Amino acid sequence: MPRTITEKILAAHAGRDAVKPGDIITVKVDLVLVNDITGLIADREFRKMGVTKVFDPTKIAIVLDHFVPAKDMASAEQSRISRRFAQEFGIVNFYDVGRAGIEHALLPEQGLVAPGELIIGADSHTVTYGGIGAFSTGVGGTDAAAAMALGETWLRVPETLKFVFQGKLGKWITGKDLVLYTIGQIGVEGARYKAMEFTGEAIQDLSVEGRLTMCNMAIEAGGKSGIVPPDEKTLEYVRPRVRREFKVYQSDPDARYEQVFEWDVTGLEPQVSLPHLPSNAVPVSKVGDVKIDQSVIGSCTNGRIEDLRVAAAILKGQRVHPDVRLIVIPATQDVYKQAMHEGLFDVFVDAGGAVSAPTCGPCLGGYMGILAAGERAISTTNRNFVGRMGDRSSEVYLASPAVAAASAIAGRIVGPEEVL
Amino acid sequence: MAEMQVHGRVFRYGKDVNTDLIIPARYLNIIDVKEQATHTMEDLDPEFPRKVRPGDIVVAEENYGCGSSREEAPLMLKTCGVSAVVAKSFARIFFRNAINIGLPVFESAAAVDAAQAGDELEIDTASGLIRNLTKGQTYQAAPLPEFIQGIIRAGGLVEYVRARVGAK
Ligand code: SF4
Repeated sequence: MPRTITEKILAAHAGRDAVKPGDIITVKVDLVLVNDITGLIADREFRKMGVTKVFDPTKIAIVLDHFVPAKDMASAEQSRISRRFAQEFGIVNFYDVGRAGIEHALLPEQGLVAPGELIIGADSHTVTYGGIGAFSTGVGGTDAAAAMALGETWLRVPETLKFVFQGKLGKWITGKDLVLYTIGQIGVEGARYKAMEFTGEAIQDLSVEGRLTMCNMAIEAGGKSGIVPPDEKTLEYVRPRVRREFKVYQSDPDARYEQVFEWDVTGLEPQVSLPHLPSNAVPVSKVGDVKIDQSVIGSCTNGRIEDLRVAAAILKGQRVHPDVRLIVIPATQDVYKQAMHEGLFDVFVDAGGAVSAPTCGPCLGGYMGILAAGERAISTTNRNFVGRMGDRSSEVYLASPAVAAASAIAGRIVGPEEVL
Repeated sequence: MAEMQVHGRVFRYGKDVNTDLIIPARYLNIIDVKEQATHTMEDLDPEFPRKVRPGDIVVAEENYGCGSSREEAPLMLKTCGVSAVVAKSFARIFFRNAINIGLPVFESAAAVDAAQAGDELEIDTASGLIRNLTKGQTYQAAPLPEFIQGIIRAGGLVEYVRARVGAK
């Protein structure tokens, strides 16, 4: 039987020749991830499970990122619980403030995830690693605890939706625009329980970072996972980072898909998702006159070096609009250092922007840029739900770093062409 | 999910109720679960935490629990006393989390369409039979896969793992 890449990875981890959509299988996991928030539940539930050690201390990653550096005493206490867990169980991949970053940017960057691997994480954006050809999906804290105990988890084999992006991308068009467009087309539950496979000429042209951005938002269409079958670019990205054997899978040419979407994205405009759902995607020229109070560039979706470079290219020699606060958050320590070396911080600071240490911060309304009642932000993050970045009457518009940077200059939502 | 029968009043919501609405991230650093639960659903329905009583049932349209993976979402509902959620469909992580922590969840479009706020429902959690006592109607929810029923029978995922590793 011909199979998709997702079915092949799942079969390999289930110790079976083949699996098909709908099968409920038990799979071995290559990595289990928790963060400072979900680590709390994982710690509590793990201790109830009657085990005295984790299945493999090298195959667990604990990343403190959501409310760190500790935003208040409660967060400090929360981080301490994960820190204690890491010490007690000898967790090798423990990432604390100053040596960390946002989990989903950090893990691929540090080579903790590889093509063909199976990763579960107690965070919904664990789907990101499909960008390098892994199967990864989000679970809850108790699921993560069980996987830390057993080294395995159960999954339902998802049907796969295939997305073929034909054509050439315009100058400012990124993975973010493609994924917002996709969610706009199929809706926030268009891929519920399903794997999303992204292919086509435009995907081949995307950088690995852009592919990570796309898979990151598969969950915003309800997807169980997102995946880009690996190619030379993937291997170039992975080889210097991953120091262990891994296996590259490809979908068979005649693999069965539940549905195939094919779009020509030549001439696609930058996309903006209006409040309060990621599926409210429209071309930037159709947004209308929307003034903003804040522009956020960062997160596990768009806080990588490529994102900061794009933003800096637009902000260079320009000034942030007097009514706007620009907040730039490199996603990891490595991105931070790289951006510093390249002089990108000079650009942001000279333009009147604030640069923060790596953190999720405002993305989930944690801190470092919370919106007051009625305020409006353009943001490179992935969710614009009611109250996501602050007061429940505030609004978040989702877009690429290019649009967020251009809008910071204009004081209202515009595409990059309008400020250059 | 030890209870075979749950019984309570309907709180009725629309589609795409995300986990940020069920428990906003700003409360995720509260370690005391009971205190945290006083904020359940407050961005969607500020009255909810005050009005909900043990046994009550949340009824919603499609894609209930979409968004973040936070297990606090089903946990807050359970802590508030919610005995079950009936929806047209669930987001998958919410569904998983609910099973794992022992909050019964059922998919039945017909039961959702008929239910109005304040209706009294009775659900047989083993068979998925939903009775709307106010309307005098009965609905059958889709049965759960056998593997998931095994987790439920064990009493949730923690107990399931305990049994697997032979813990006493
Ligand atoms: S940056 Fe935002 S979406 Fe990503 S892990 Fe952090 S809170 Fe979640």
